[in-house]
Amino acid sequence: MRLIGPENIEDIALGAAVLGTGGGGDPYIGKLMAIQSIREFGPVRLVEPDEIPDDSMVAHSAMMGAPTVMVEKLPNGREIVNAFRALEAYLGRTLDYTTSAEAGGLNSTMPFTVAARLGIPMVDADGMGRAFPELQMVTPTMYGIAATPMAIADDKGNSAIINAVSNRWTETMARTVTIDMGSTALIALYPMTGRQLKEAMVPGTLSKAEAIGRAIREAKVRHRDPIETVAEVTGGAVVFHGKVADVQRRTEGGFARGEATFAGTGDDEGSRLTLQFQNENLVAARDGEIVVSVPDLITVLDAETGHPITTEGLRYGFRVVVLGIPCYEKWRTPAGLALVGPRYFGYDVDYVPVEQRFARGGRP
Amino acid sequence: MRIGIDVGGTNTDAVLMDGTEVVGWTKTPTTPDVGRGIVTALEDLLAQASVSKRAINGVMIGTTHFTNAVVERSRLLQVAAVRLGLPATEALPPMVDWPADLADVLGRHIYLVQGGHEFDGREIAPLDEAELHRVAADVRAKGLRSIAVSSVFSPVNASMEERAAEIFREELPAAYVSLSSQIGRLGLLERENATIMNASLQDLARRVVDSFRDALDHLGLDVPFYISQNDGTLMSADYAERYPVLTFASGPTNSMRGAAFLSGLQEAMVVDIGGTTSDVGMLIHGFPREASVAVEIGGVRTNFRMPDVLSFGLGGGSLVRGVDGGVRIGPDSVGYRLTEEGRVFGGDRLTTTDIVVAAGLVDLGDRARVADLDPAMVASAVDEIQRMVDVAVDRMKTSAAAIPVVLVGGGAILISREIQGASEIVKPTRAPVANAIGAAIAQVGGEVDRVFALEGMSRDQALTAAKEEATAKAVAAGANPATVQVVDVEDVPLSYLPGNAVRVRVKAVGDLLMA
Repeated sequence: MRLIGPENIEDIALGAAVLGTGGGGDPYIGKLMAIQSIREFGPVRLVEPDEIPDDSMVAHSAMMGAPTVMVEKLPNGREIVNAFRALEAYLGRTLDYTTSAEAGGLNSTMPFTVAARLGIPMVDADGMGRAFPELQMVTPTMYGIAATPMAIADDKGNSAIINAVSNRWTETMARTVTIDMGSTALIALYPMTGRQLKEAMVPGTLSKAEAIGRAIREAKVRHRDPIETVAEVTGGAVVFHGKVADVQRRTEGGFARGEATFAGTGDDEGSRLTLQFQNENLVAARDGEIVVSVPDLITVLDAETGHPITTEGLRYGFRVVVLGIPCYEKWRTPAGLALVGPRYFGYDVDYVPVEQRFARGGRP
Repeated sequence: MRIGIDVGGTNTDAVLMDGTEVVGWTKTPTTPDVGRGIVTALEDLLAQASVSKRAINGVMIGTTHFTNAVVERSRLLQVAAVRLGLPATEALPPMVDWPADLADVLGRHIYLVQGGHEFDGREIAPLDEAELHRVAADVRAKGLRSIAVSSVFSPVNASMEERAAEIFREELPAAYVSLSSQIGRLGLLERENATIMNASLQDLARRVVDSFRDALDHLGLDVPFYISQNDGTLMSADYAERYPVLTFASGPTNSMRGAAFLSGLQEAMVVDIGGTTSDVGMLIHGFPREASVAVEIGGVRTNFRMPDVLSFGLGGGSLVRGVDGGVRIGPDSVGYRLTEEGRVFGGDRLTTTDIVVAAGLVDLGDRARVADLDPAMVASAVDEIQRMVDVAVDRMKTSAAAIPVVLVGGGAILISREIQGASEIVKPTRAPVANAIGAAIAQVGGEVDRVFALEGMSRDQALTAAKEEATAKAVAAGANPATVQVVDVEDVPLSYLPGNAVRVRVKAVGDLLMA
C-alpha cells in the first residue's frame, strides 16, 4: 500500500494518456478532479491486487460519454460517488475498493475521486492495460465476469441500475441513458470479488502509468530524449518518424473513426504510415502493409516533448513519433484476440506481436 | 488610406498605406503613457508622406499591452467570478488551476449559481435569479467593480449569461460585466479563465483605449479606429475596451500577416529574426497556422488559438563563443544594445552580426574591428547560423516539397545562403514594420463554434448552416459582404456517442467596409 498525492496524479495522467493510444479524451479534467478531491479529502491509498482479501468486493469507477461534452459540462464530483452508492444499494453490501476500467485520458484518474471522497483504497489494476473503444473489451469478459449490475448517475442526482444479458447490451443501454443525461455520465460497474480481480484484471497499470509519466517529466528536466525514455519504460519500439500529412474523421455508430497519414521524416523519409482509429488507434500500416495492430498499443507522441497526442488532437503538420508497445499478455491468447484482435475490428490479418517486427527500442 | 500602428513593449511602429502600397513608415520608442508615442509616430508619418489628414479613412492598432499586464500581474482589478452551471461543474470551481499569485491578485471571489445548458440546448437547471440578486449584494458589499459571468454551453445558448448581465447592470450600474459567450469557444474552464482575465483588465482597457482615442483627437484624426485581435481580424475600439483579452495573441499574428502581405505569398514559411530570438511559422491561405495545444497566458490555461510558432535563440545580437573545435551561438544576446556593444560598432562583444561582417557577407559598421578573427572560426559560425535556420524551417514544414521562405526582422541580414527546402527566399524591404503592416491590412471576421445534433440534418447541412452564420457575423462586424470568405472549417464528430453529434467550427473573414 502507498499513498497517492497530487504530484503522483500528474504523472499517472500523463502516463495513462500514453497507454490510452489516442483515446479517452484530454486527461486534463480527470487529473484536475483527482487533484481537487485529494486536496479536499486527503491522499488515496493505492493497494496492489495481492493485498486485497479474496472475499472483498470491488467495482470499476468510470466516466461514460463524450469527453468533448465533459470539458464544457464539468462534473460536480458527487455523480461518481452516487453511482458507487447506487450499486452498493442494489448489491445490498458495501464495496471495499474501487479500480479503473481502462488506462485512458480521463478514466485512469476518475476513480481517485471516488476513493478520496469515500475514503476507500483504490486497487492498482485495470481491465485493459491500455484503452479500448467498447465497454466489453476488458479482460474480465474473458473470465465470464459481467459489467452489470451497473449504476449510472448524472449531475442532477438521477441514477439508474442496468442489468443486461451481455456486455454488448450493457453498452447499448448505457449509451442511451448517457445521452438523456446530457451525453456525459458517471458509472460504477463490473462488481467483482477480490479473488476475481486477482485472476481477471491487469495488475499494476496505475504504477506503470506513473512510471511513464515520471519518465517523460524527468527526461525534460535532465535533457534526455523523451521518446527513447518512453520506449524504454514501456518496452516499446519506435515504429515511425513523420509529420501528419492528412487526417480524415467520420462518425459511425457513435465512434469517431478515421485515418491519419504520416509522411516519413529522417530515416523514414519517402515512406508513409497510415493509422486507422476508432476513438483509439487500431492498426498502423507502413506503405500499405500493416506493421502494428490491436491489441498491441499504437501511441503517437509529439516528436519534441514526448507527450502523447490523442486522435482528436491530431492535426496537419504535427511532427510525431509513432510508438508500438506490447499489450498485456492475456490479450494475445485466442480468447483475447477474439475480443480485441484485428479481425474483431474488421481487419483481415493475423496478429503479429510488435516485438517480432521491431527490435525493442529501435528500428525493424 | 489607412494607418497601421504596432504598440510593442520597446517600439511603436506606424505605417501609412494607400490601398496595398506602403507610402510611409516610422519607428519610435514606446512611451509609458502609450498615447505620446503614438502621437510622435503619427506626426512623423504624416509629415514624411505629406498627406492630408482628410485622406485617412481608418486607423488599426495592434498592442501587447494587455498580455504584458497579466504576465506582470500589474494594473489588474479584483474580479467576481460568477458561474451558471449548478448542479453540475462544482468539482472544479472557477480559477481552480490558476497560479496562486495571480489568483491572490484577483481575490478569489467565486460564485456558483444554478443554471447552464446541456450540449443540445436543454437547461441543466433554470437560472436562479434570486441567487444572482444575492451575489450582486455581496459584490456590492465587497466593493468589487468587475464581474465575469460564465455559463455551461453558453457558446450554444448565451441567454442565461445575458439575463445575468441584465440583473447585474440593474443592481450595480457602475460595474463592468464580461460574458464568456463573447470571448471563447467550448471548453468551460479555458473560456471562463479568459473571461476572468478580461474582467481584471477593464480599468486598464478603458485607460489604454482612451489614450489611443486622445492621441487621434490630439492630431485631429476623426476616423474610426480598430484594434487587432488574436486571429488577425479587427474589432472596434469600443469592443476592444470591453474585451481586451481578445488582443492577447495579436502580436505574432500581425507579424506573420504582414510578412504574407509584403511577400505577396499565401503559402510560405516566415522566418522572423530579431535581436535575441527567431520565430518561424507557416502561412496557410495567408494566415498563420494555429497551434493545437492549449495556450497559457501568464500561467493561466486558455483555448485561444495562437499561431504555431517555433522560437529559438538566434538573433542579430546573439553572442558567439568558441567551444572545443566549434562555435556556440546564443541563446544570450546583447539585444537592442548591439549598436553599442557589437565589435563592428566599437564594442567588445562578439555577435552574429560581427560574424557576417567578418565573413564579408554584409557591409556594416567598421569591418577592421573584426579583421583579427580566425577565418576558420568565422566560417564555422556562419555554417552554424545557417544550420539553425535550416533545421527550424524543416521542423515547421508540413511536407517535403520546397516552399518559399520569407525573411523578416532586423536579424534577417544573417542569412545570405540558400535555406534547405526553400524554393526561393524573399526579403521584403519594409520587413522591420511587418507588425504594423499586419495591423493595417487586417480584415474583419466572424466565427461559429457549436455542437450540432445530426438528427434530421446531414453533415453538409450543418456545415452550410455554420458557414452562413459565420458569414453573417463577419458582415455584422463590418465586413464588406462581397469580400467575405470562409477561411477555416473544422468538424469533429463527438466520440463515444450514438446519434451523430458533430462539433463544427467555422471562421469567415472579409475586408473592412470603409466609408
